[in-house]
Amino acid sequence: MTVHKNVVCTFCGCLCDDIEVEVEDNTIKSVKKACAIGKNKIMHAITEPPTPSVNGTKTSIDAAVTEAARILSKARNPLIYGLSSTTSEAQRELVEIAEITRGNLDNCSSYCHGPGVLARQQTGLVSCSLGEIKNRADLVIYWGCNPVESHMRHLSRYSLQPKGLYTPEGRKGRKVIAIDIRPTPTTKRADVFLQVSPGHTFEIASALRALIQGEPLEFPEGQDTVGDVPIDSWRKVADMIKGCKYGVLHFGLGVTQCRNSDINVEQVARLVQDANRHTRFYGVAMRGHGNVNGANQVMTWLTGYPLCVNFSKGYPRHNPGEYSTLPMLARKDIDAALIVATDPGAHLPKDAVDFLKTIPTIHLDPHRNLTTPWSSVVIPVAPVGVAATGTFYRMDNVPLRLKKLVDSPFPSDEEVLKTMKEKIVYAANS
Amino acid sequence: MLRIANGRVHDPTNTLSGTVQDIVMDKGAIISTDGIPQGQLDEMETIDATDCVVMAGGVDIHSHIAGAKVNTGRIMCPEEHYSHVSSRTKITRAGCGRCVPTTYRTGYLYSKLGYTTVFEAAVPPLEARHTHEELQDLPMLDKGCYTVMGNNHLVMQVLSDTDPVRRKERLRNLVSWLLKASRGYGIKVVNPGGVEDWKWNVGAADLDTPTPPFGVTPRQILGGLAEAVDDLKLPHSMHLHCNHLGEAGNVATTLETMRTLEGHRAHFTHLQFHSYGKTPKGGFTSGTVEITDYLNKHPEFTFDVGQIVFGSTLTMTSDAPMEFHLHQMTKGKWASGDIEMESGSGIVPITYKPKMLVNAIQWAVGLELLLLTKNPWQVVLTTDHPNAGPFTAYPQIIKLLMDKDYRQSWVEKLHPKIRQFTCLFELDREYTLDEIAIITRSGPARTLGLDRKGHIGVGAEADVTIYRTNTDKSTMFSTPAYVIKHGEVVVRDGEIVKSVTGKSLGVSPEQGERLDDELTDTFDAYYTVKMANYMVEDEYLDTPEVVPCG
Repeated sequence: MTVHKNVVCTFCGCLCDDIEVEVEDNTIKSVKKACAIGKNKIMHAITEPPTPSVNGTKTSIDAAVTEAARILSKARNPLIYGLSSTTSEAQRELVEIAEITRGNLDNCSSYCHGPGVLARQQTGLVSCSLGEIKNRADLVIYWGCNPVESHMRHLSRYSLQPKGLYTPEGRKGRKVIAIDIRPTPTTKRADVFLQVSPGHTFEIASALRALIQGEPLEFPEGQDTVGDVPIDSWRKVADMIKGCKYGVLHFGLGVTQCRNSDINVEQVARLVQDANRHTRFYGVAMRGHGNVNGANQVMTWLTGYPLCVNFSKGYPRHNPGEYSTLPMLARKDIDAALIVATDPGAHLPKDAVDFLKTIPTIHLDPHRNLTTPWSSVVIPVAPVGVAATGTFYRMDNVPLRLKKLVDSPFPSDEEVLKTMKEKIVYAANS
Repeated sequence: MLRIANGRVHDPTNTLSGTVQDIVMDKGAIISTDGIPQGQLDEMETIDATDCVVMAGGVDIHSHIAGAKVNTGRIMCPEEHYSHVSSRTKITRAGCGRCVPTTYRTGYLYSKLGYTTVFEAAVPPLEARHTHEELQDLPMLDKGCYTVMGNNHLVMQVLSDTDPVRRKERLRNLVSWLLKASRGYGIKVVNPGGVEDWKWNVGAADLDTPTPPFGVTPRQILGGLAEAVDDLKLPHSMHLHCNHLGEAGNVATTLETMRTLEGHRAHFTHLQFHSYGKTPKGGFTSGTVEITDYLNKHPEFTFDVGQIVFGSTLTMTSDAPMEFHLHQMTKGKWASGDIEMESGSGIVPITYKPKMLVNAIQWAVGLELLLLTKNPWQVVLTTDHPNAGPFTAYPQIIKLLMDKDYRQSWVEKLHPKIRQFTCLFELDREYTLDEIAIITRSGPARTLGLDRKGHIGVGAEADVTIYRTNTDKSTMFSTPAYVIKHGEVVVRDGEIVKSVTGKSLGVSPEQGERLDDELTDTFDAYYTVKMANYMVEDEYLDTPEVVPCG
């Protein structure tokens, strides 16, 4: 029996790195300290792998990779998509494949935290590492997120309960505000819960900015609400923000995917900036997939842009809407797809999936899922963080190295993609 | 083997000043021509460098090229990527960006200017892995990075130890450990105490302002770390960004910092930003006369300039409070990132305008520092890329230094009161080619403790740049005829002809194999990563080279 300590869980953007995993005879026997989802993810990481296949016929990995390279070499406008649950090393290979094939490159943030990423292009973001929340934060706001269910150890490990260097009382020393459209397990943990009507994020952030700047807000009699919450409640929130020593606002998909998209996050980011005239105040995006932040980081250092990139002219061009995955699929703009570490069959709209079924689609994943049955080329890979090593970026940009705990009969994403890239280059030169 | 024939060699390290001689290299190193028969020399692959200037490859001591804040800067500024693009070729990768180019493009642009070695200027250990990942994707250059320590909690915890003997020993051990954990090359100090003060929302830190809650002052942080640099015999001196960056009258703090560090080695980075006097009404004036008077009497100190380049750029620094103040002035984009237990950072776009008096003074201050410092070995040419401007402006700055008439012509373009607050236009000095070689390669290499860089004597690394002579020095230095990296031609007439991977330069000082028990307890209690996951692994370094201490 081998006990691996300090294992990094790859499920969500928290990347908890204190997991203990017991391995015997190349089999994971137990997982300790992880949340329920993380534990299951690790325990079952090497179960139910897909069979390598081309057009539904079982084949070897090498033959599948060769066919994938052939498809991408012939494609006139391929889409390379996913990236969010694989390593930065594999992501770097995918960027180069997009360059070589003059294709389009996009990651899952295109329709989750993408608006928040675009907001940074307009405003920047004042943020901090998760340890700063643990060590300093006396005010914590959860806005449009429900980490108790989506980032299960976030509250206990980083943001609510931990006793930090300057927060020796832990939860007792913190004021907590939750803003959401419905009660959730997270809102139940808050001192103040403001249940707002859907679609009012921009309006609420604007009101809070005005209050923080000391602007008088006047309302007609009987209409003194913002987001269907009385303005006096927002006045209290503004006072709590101005009065804290170190405040942190966590925002989730309830903010980024609310109507108005990126300008919501722009306004929230400006609210965070404004608050710094009075105190120290930070915004932290509650990034979902384990390495979706890494996908943004890698694409940025290699292409200049965090998502929605096109290489048809040989250099990177960026235009959300034009080069983001869903519009491209809706317009039926692409003629082949390389999908890595995501399951579009489960996540994308039916029309998008129906179109993908009509074009050659290559799928790399450690598990059989809803994309497997209809993919033209299926390539099983070793699950990262369990049977393959590499780098993941936490939601606060802290990179961590994943461990290899067991052997897999399959190569890693990075290995497959390197081979695929070499075959594409060879085809281009021959 | 490769021979460069008949070039005019400017190699100040070896006192060659335009001497016409052959340079021969083999297996990545410069070798002696002694004993090689003329026939063999004639048959060797030869570059005819007749009428060309031959120098060692450029060495940039301070540039922000990789890591978390650089990448955040790239995200923040898509508008400046759009019209600065490079397509993929059979040799090069695609990229874009002007003031924060993508990694591959950064390597190519530096190489096209004749640079072969560059150091990333500020890396918090917690994010060092990110820096090294980007550096792996930055070709053409040997590279290293500095580890920020001036606001590190563990450092301040040790400095608050009341036993002086134990304190010194523990600090030495901690510094060594941090360098190993982050795979850094040297100690970077940014606004010591000031970033931590900002997190407490208190005012700017003077040298004797106690930093809460440790009660340690910036002066103690500076003294302790400078002592550790000396004791560990690190190849590079303490790389220091002083307190009060960008403030009128900060020359007083800068001079006091220098006096505090007398007897130690120190490199003052982007000194232009720290050399401002103050008018009675609180406005900016040049403080370079006081600074250079001091430096001319203290040859143990070196500095790089951080020369302003007019136009738009992006400021990025670990000095988070300074960036906040800049944001308050510009009211524009602002990113900031506090790093637990270690530091912070900020990013704000800016445009330097010649008709804006403060910007014009800043521009003049940088040039004055270069022209008033008598010993060029104390000076390094930088723009603190991209803070004061992109590194691609180096040839333009060289022209300003070498051509007095050109420099004088600028007076008409600047704010009309520029002469009132600076002395630049009274200075007649013109830099020579030897002096340019010193401030762009020989000097920084020596300051970094890199014996085999910055010169092309026997045994040096075969990093060589060949420039065609031209009366317009900006043209001459912007398009080298050849750039040779590790003995191979990588640039010819401004085009990349071969892509190569550079070395990762690091140090491995004695001690620092583990933290002491008290610091380990602090780490375990207050970091959000495990110590075992903190140390940057070998996988993140391409061709690592350990530069010896001592």
